[in-house]
Amino acid sequence: MAKTSKHIIDEARSAIKQVDIDEARRMMEEPGTVVLDVRESDEWRQGHLGNAIGIPRGFLELRVEEKIPDRKTPIIVQCAAGIRSLFAARTLREMGYEHVYNLIGGFNAWKDRGLPWVAERQFSSDEVTRYSRHFVIPEVGEKGQAKLLDSKVLVLGTGALGSPVSLYLAAAGVGTIGLVDFDVVDLSNLQRQIIHTTDRVGSPKTESARTAINALNPGVKVVCHDVRLSSENVMYIIRDYDVVVNCGDNFPTRYLINDACVFAKKPLVDGAIFRFEGNTTVFYPAKGGPCYRCLYPEPAPPDMAPSCAEAGVLGALPGVIGSIEALEAIKLILGTGHSLIGRMLYFDTLSEHDYVRMLKIKRDPKCPVCGDHPTQTTLIDYEAFCGLAPASNGHADAAMGPAGR
Amino acid sequence: MQVRVRVPTPLRRFTGGQDEVAAEGESVRSVIEDLERRHPGLKERLLDDKGELRRFVNIYLNGDDIRFLDQLNSQVKDGDDISIVPAIAGGN
Repeated sequence: MAKTSKHIIDEARSAIKQVDIDEARRMMEEPGTVVLDVRESDEWRQGHLGNAIGIPRGFLELRVEEKIPDRKTPIIVQCAAGIRSLFAARTLREMGYEHVYNLIGGFNAWKDRGLPWVAERQFSSDEVTRYSRHFVIPEVGEKGQAKLLDSKVLVLGTGALGSPVSLYLAAAGVGTIGLVDFDVVDLSNLQRQIIHTTDRVGSPKTESARTAINALNPGVKVVCHDVRLSSENVMYIIRDYDVVVNCGDNFPTRYLINDACVFAKKPLVDGAIFRFEGNTTVFYPAKGGPCYRCLYPEPAPPDMAPSCAEAGVLGALPGVIGSIEALEAIKLILGTGHSLIGRMLYFDTLSEHDYVRMLKIKRDPKCPVCGDHPTQTTLIDYEAFCGLAPASNGHADAAMGPAGR
Repeated sequence: MQVRVRVPTPLRRFTGGQDEVAAEGESVRSVIEDLERRHPGLKERLLDDKGELRRFVNIYLNGDDIRFLDQLNSQVKDGDDISIVPAIAGGN
């Protein structure tokens, strides 16, 4: 005889141990207990228990083993009112989960008791569609996307590296992208700087990049810093950003942004290119890794380190290095995976032997900037440090005073 | 001991364009001396007047920075892999 829904509910009730809010709270204090919320995504977004795992009931069998691999885990299953969770609990028992409990009254009862819960960020319907491929990645999901949308990344330079970095960060939905560049778009840039276009030759690079970024993703706030980065302005510029991505083209800027990021305790995603060769890493001494000075305590003299303008540069190579820089910035924002802190990824794309190598790099305890006993605690004149003509603003020899922390 | 030395793009003009060359020695320093015999001009790019490693060049022995091993005295074995990685500034 066909069963009515009342039959099915009664059967499930007799098979599954029921717990009320007080019992559930006692169980939650035991380490290892998991709260599993089986409501639909839109219900979850509007509010859920802070430490709950969310799997809509329709996906339960498909996803639960990934989220809760141990069949002995005590699981409190919860929905809105305690009925759907009952069926979910029965399914879990069928799958071999040994300690499954149903929360009587579900999330509504929890809320009615005035107990704490959290609400997810609400996404617009456009955002739900735009970031749908992120939502299905376990390491991103709605939580990760919310982090990206709330994040602020500073991209130093909107040239060969800055183009892919800015475009991929924008596409990923990084909420605020700061662009530092004082140059204007030149026809000779377009062989590699794919964020700019022929009809924007002559425009400021930051404005041109803003146009491209907002054409790709109008939700991104672009902040243009149309200045030459200097010891005077760097601390002010980087202050509000979570991550700095180095797409610079000269040693003075590289040492300047390194020192500033060490002083401000900001992660610096780094990349550099030379013809068919390039490298990328993450400098983050606050997390135990080295800074640029640990790696290269002194700059190369100008005659031993030609710039891209002098040495030439290919377009696809910064495309590769810049894309990895964007990826590392996104990983830092999400707090997922192993960052390139302490490792340098080195591309040698002409090589017959190792197209790509991973080199171990270490923090130097004697580093003058990030070491155990730093000897340089303020910004200096980086043009002079790099053996170039002093900066034109007249601060030739003197240290630039407090770093403005 | 015979080792393989990976030569970065900016120094390939000393190795006839080769990205990897063979060299012999017991330590990184003696490998550099041998490199200089085979490819004159390389040593000056790697070592300063006092014979110390220039501070904008790093040398990795099997992926480890020799500054955290025994510097130029780091001993090498047959088949070891040495990478020369100078600072590069380009990004534009």
